[in-house]
Amino acid sequence: MSEGKVPVTVLTGYLGAGKTTLLNRILSEDHGHKFAVIVNEFGEIGIDNDLVVGADEEVFEMNNGCVCCTVRGDLIRIIEGLMKRKGKFDAIIVETTGLADPAPVAQTFFVDADVKDAVKLDAVVTVADARWLQDRLRDAPEAKNQIAFADVILLNKTDLVSEAELAAIEARIRAINPYAALHKTVNCAVALDAVLGRNAFDLERILAIEPGFLEVEEHHGHDDHDHHGHDHHGHEHGHDHHTHETHGPKHYHDEDMQSVALTLEGELDAEKFVPWLNSYIQAEGASILRSKGIVALEGEPQRFVFQGVHMILNGDLQREWKEGEKRVSRIVFIGRNLKRDEIERGFLACAA
Amino acid sequence: MADPITSLTERVTPIEAGAPVTAAAFLGAMPALALGDGSILLGPADSGTRIPAHPDAAILVAALAGKDLASGGDDGRVVLTCADGTTREIAHEKGKWIDALAGRDDGALAWSAGKTVRARDPKGEIKTFSAPSTVRGLSFLPKGYRVAIAHYNGATLWFPNTAAAPETFAWKGSHLDVTASPDGRFLVTSMQENALHGWRLADRKDMRMSGYPAKARSISWTFDGHWLATSGAEAAILWPFKDKDGPMQKTPLELGGRRARVTCVACHPKAPVVAQGYDDGCVLLCRVTDGAEILVRPSAEAAVTALAWDEPGQSLLFGDHAGQAGLLALPA
Repeated sequence: MSEGKVPVTVLTGYLGAGKTTLLNRILSEDHGHKFAVIVNEFGEIGIDNDLVVGADEEVFEMNNGCVCCTVRGDLIRIIEGLMKRKGKFDAIIVETTGLADPAPVAQTFFVDADVKDAVKLDAVVTVADARWLQDRLRDAPEAKNQIAFADVILLNKTDLVSEAELAAIEARIRAINPYAALHKTVNCAVALDAVLGRNAFDLERILAIEPGFLEVEEHHGHDDHDHHGHDHHGHEHGHDHHTHETHGPKHYHDEDMQSVALTLEGELDAEKFVPWLNSYIQAEGASILRSKGIVALEGEPQRFVFQGVHMILNGDLQREWKEGEKRVSRIVFIGRNLKRDEIERGFLACAA
Repeated sequence: MADPITSLTERVTPIEAGAPVTAAAFLGAMPALALGDGSILLGPADSGTRIPAHPDAAILVAALAGKDLASGGDDGRVVLTCADGTTREIAHEKGKWIDALAGRDDGALAWSAGKTVRARDPKGEIKTFSAPSTVRGLSFLPKGYRVAIAHYNGATLWFPNTAAAPETFAWKGSHLDVTASPDGRFLVTSMQENALHGWRLADRKDMRMSGYPAKARSISWTFDGHWLATSGAEAAILWPFKDKDGPMQKTPLELGGRRARVTCVACHPKAPVVAQGYDDGCVLLCRVTDGAEILVRPSAEAAVTALAWDEPGQSLLFGDHAGQAGLLALPA
């Protein structure tokens, strides 16, 4: 599906969180890769062997009828140019500025046909400063976007906070984005395979990372949040399905950014679900940053898998349900002021 | 999808370029290929001379300027290469890429790096203009020393040698390549949104040319200026520009329809014929008057990325993304 496409890792993180530290760590390690690095500022990066390109972070709106569809024009231009050097590098890293919204960066890799043919988005990696993240989540919407958007979060500078503070920050992150892989680091010390080669946008890979996908990490090691994984049964929707809800601890609930995860213990009617998903994403895509799901469609031996960035939705039938595997349907939306009841009602109404 | 009437494949000399071909040109009679590995291959065969115009870099853009080939690389350098293989560095935009380049018969040259546009007149004097956003395309207008600049949300016309304020033509979106009609009446850009946008310069009337399944990144005027040939569809799309209203309310002509996308077009300098290359590597000559097709190269490994005619229109040079190229010599 994505053979021969060069993987792209997007590094985000608020000012001072440690993005450059991580970038230098990736580049200096002995990994045998040859990177093309797209940065906003030269200077702090000490690279000899890799190809470094300056970006302008020029965002523009596509005239494609998608109201929230913004892309990075400079990335399209740079990737077009890099393709003339094909074979000289095997991975691309895009470093964004601390104030950048990751959405236009990610959308660029799905909207532009030439970019899509040449490269594939591997993961959005966000570096967060353990000491200051709480403050930034209060006063900087960009910081919250970066956490919500991430596939991988490095909670960095953990040596500067107490264990209790760290637990509180982690819970705060989990309330916004329970699904990203989270690594607690000092000086961004992390194994490279934790940030590279994640295939976070690859539908095949969404299968492969099961069953962890769509399930909140259970091992936080703190007894102050015991609200995980409790089930709400018996929704009065006039049918006999019930859902499991999973969400972060209530006292860390973020006032405007959250996730909605729903599980239906059964199959969906494809004739209802696909149109509902499409229309809901089109209508609410401006506030839905990320979406993912693995669902069982009635009469379909294969699993339907989707992932989305705002209004850009990518879905496909994947491998067959295994024998004895429970045919359940799970979806998750991460976004701003999500209408949980509406999503739940719409989703449940698609039951077969 | 009729079979080509005849074939010229036996008149093609294959050239092993060895790197993705950025551009093709003739320096007088000398075929020249600008390559992704930073070199320029001069000569009618792969035994030709390889000029390391941009060592350890990639040539991103190249254009004919007078009798020389101007190339711009991701090393930030603008280099002139002559038919005898001598090179001369014209500019070095340190730490930047040369994103766009345009040349003219008299040797005038314009290039851009980010928002900075520079124009160099035939005497070597350089003037600078700062565009409102990153520049994607440049071209010279047919009359006067004037440069068309494509950028976000429109295109700008700039007289490098006068203090006159640059004139901007606005249209929302990202404008990529830019060209002016040979009679100087129309300005046309290719856009991010699989469309062309045009302006009639006299009254700034907008023209929208859409319906492409892909970006139309290659554009070429027929020798008489009556048609603008474009890539981006499974045929070359030719928009009529003969009348005073240009292509408005008119249907474009389609040439060489195949189950492959046209990636490159080059109009013959003296006849109503379009050379067109496809994403499957095929190259055809198509006659504008009746749509007749002649095969130059059957489908190959990679998309055609460069096409150029020599001045008399006797030779056609082509190159592809896999580094394969060829030289067609038309029967005398």
